Amino acid sequence: MSSVEHPLRKYLRPSVEATTFCPGCGDGTVLTSILQAIDELGMTMDDFVFVSGIGCAAWIISPNFNADVLHTTHGRPIAFATGIKLNLPEKKVMVVSGDGDLTAIGGNHLIHAARRNIEMVVICANNGIYGMTGGQVAPTTPREARTITTPYGSLENTFDISRMVQASGASFVARWTTYQPRQLTKSIKKAIQKKGFAFIEVISQCPVQFGAKTGAGSAVEMLEMYRKSSISVKKAVEMSPQEIEDKIVTGEFIDTAKPELCEEIARLKERIRGEG
Amino acid sequence: MENRRVRTGKHFMMGNVACAEGAVAAGCEFAAGYPITPASEIGHTLAKRLLEVGGYFFQTEDEISAICAGIGASWTGKKVFVPTSGPGISLMLENIGFAVGIETPVVLVNIQRGGPTTGAPSMGLQGDMVQPRRGSHGDYEIIALCPSSPQEMFDHTVRAFNLAERYRAPVFVMADAFIGHMREEVTIPEPDELDLTYRRILEKGTDPSTVKVFLDEEVAPMPIFGMGFKTHVTSSCHDEYGNRNLIDPTALDNFIQRLRNKILKHRDEIVQVECDYDNCELALVAYGAVARCAKEAVRVARSKGLNVGYFRVITAWPFPDREVQDLSHKVKKILVLENNSGQYYPYVKAEAAGRAEVEFLPPQILGQVHGLDYVVQKIEEMLR
Ligand SMILES: Cc1ncc(C[n+]2csc(CCOP(=O)(O)OP(=O)(O)O)c2C)c(N)n1
Ligand code: SF4
Ligand SMILES: [Mg+2]
Repeated sequence: MSSVEHPLRKYLRPSVEATTFCPGCGDGTVLTSILQAIDELGMTMDDFVFVSGIGCAAWIISPNFNADVLHTTHGRPIAFATGIKLNLPEKKVMVVSGDGDLTAIGGNHLIHAARRNIEMVVICANNGIYGMTGGQVAPTTPREARTITTPYGSLENTFDISRMVQASGASFVARWTTYQPRQLTKSIKKAIQKKGFAFIEVISQCPVQFGAKTGAGSAVEMLEMYRKSSISVKKAVEMSPQEIEDKIVTGEFIDTAKPELCEEIARLKERIRGEG
Repeated sequence: MENRRVRTGKHFMMGNVACAEGAVAAGCEFAAGYPITPASEIGHTLAKRLLEVGGYFFQTEDEISAICAGIGASWTGKKVFVPTSGPGISLMLENIGFAVGIETPVVLVNIQRGGPTTGAPSMGLQGDMVQPRRGSHGDYEIIALCPSSPQEMFDHTVRAFNLAERYRAPVFVMADAFIGHMREEVTIPEPDELDLTYRRILEKGTDPSTVKVFLDEEVAPMPIFGMGFKTHVTSSCHDEYGNRNLIDPTALDNFIQRLRNKILKHRDEIVQVECDYDNCELALVAYGAVARCAKEAVRVARSKGLNVGYFRVITAWPFPDREVQDLSHKVKKILVLENNSGQYYPYVKAEAAGRAEVEFLPPQILGQVHGLDYVVQKIEEMLR
């Protein structure tokens, strides 16, 4: 028997034998890209605390990552992560969760964490649907798409999460699809090194719920669609809103430096100690 | 060096300020909250006081975020505090259950106000007494204390921190607008007179997958974050090592029973009541602000020759079942006074069933303290 081990296996909990994802799920690509980024940065799992909410995407880290992992309640991982980061500023705190978790029930925490510019990496696996609960419409579902709760097609507008997070004050925002794992890994590396709030939206295929309910098809068909529809941020600025409508704009939307909350608090404490 | 945490001495102090001072004295390093009447003064005090001692008061975007940030902070090993009022607790309930489930020390204060809904924010009502016990979904036990004075706002807050740390659990201080806004003499002891508890933390270097760090009825050491433990902490049903288990039907039973037993097995160390009913025919049962009125009514009634005693509930939860049984053996009649329409009363009545006759007396006007004559008159009626 061969004893060759996958180079990223060492980052997984020894007790883990398989993931809980359905065959073809994009969440495996998200998992691999995160670990690849950590590996390429030469960091260890002890440099991190990982936090997730509830949903298929929340199980990317729980229980798989062999690290401090907090699997929380639906919509709240950023709020928990904020309490952790404020008290363990020397650690990297990374939130990995789904689009429903982070932008529907938990949208307010996302907005305010970005506004505070607290150092944290938030990775949103956006499959455009509530996967775990059986394929209900999400804020990210394309208009007119059929889901189990929109049998005649969704009547609502689709959330542009990355633009919302950028507008809220994040230091780093990027969007990639699971068809672009190399670019995704590169952005995750940047996000980890960012002194500020860093957000990455990963358009990720859910063949079992999204694919089946909306007619988007199999994992391969969805990845093919990602390949065809993706355009870069640079290209998008030269196009009209109508031309962009059916496209997936990918790339880094913002990468900037501004005051970070934990550093500001540390400075204030230093000042008060001096005065006392 | 001057101790910045403990403001030793005699003060004329508001209950809410005494509560905040109790938290700082107990070693609180992180508090999170959202403004709400009649609890806001706690946050106001902590915003300044915590920074003075190297801690931080974090004003969140809502109360859900406050409890979540508090739980996250507690997993870094800090003593944490989440003060609010009823509407805030209503928002926090899901995650209070999470704190129970993943065994997180966190102190919550509910300065109860007039409800339901927005109600009357600056009026005191003991309207949320069962909420900590049964408010979050699922089957669990909780610890809740009922201060009756600004002094007890200090003392009970310190004790709440000790209990939270000892049992790795959320602990409530259940005050109301009367006690929160009352100003009285508060004596803060010398730092070395304070008996403070700190949670057990897993020994550095231990692999938590080889040690039971959850579901220990004797309270497992906490595998806090940032120390290389690689702890898996999940809201899902889990075993003693933190492994998710959603398949085995006995796993849920184990999850519920062990968390409950962790509190119930130690109820003697937790439950406190104040008793003065020896050889009495009737006893008043009360807690919090109303206990002050009950005590005075007993004094007046006794001066009139009435054979009446007094039982003050200090720990509301876990329910003082044995203490109420003892009471019901010794007196013939019990009168429960609460500033609500009878929330704690059914529990007392059930426990005393078959032994003592139990009646309930609300205040003449809900949200106001019982009138003294009104209570004495009721005592006379019951003893006639
Ligand atoms: C308060 C609460 N409401 C509802 C649920 C049920 N629930 C579990 S997962 C989920 C949706 C998850 O969707 P998303 O975050 O997009 O993750 P995905 O499964 O698609 O990866 C819902 C609604 C819950 N666990 N808690
Ligand atoms: S339901 Fe969809 S998102 Fe969830 S594991 Fe299956 S394929 Fe992935
Ligand atoms: Mg989803």
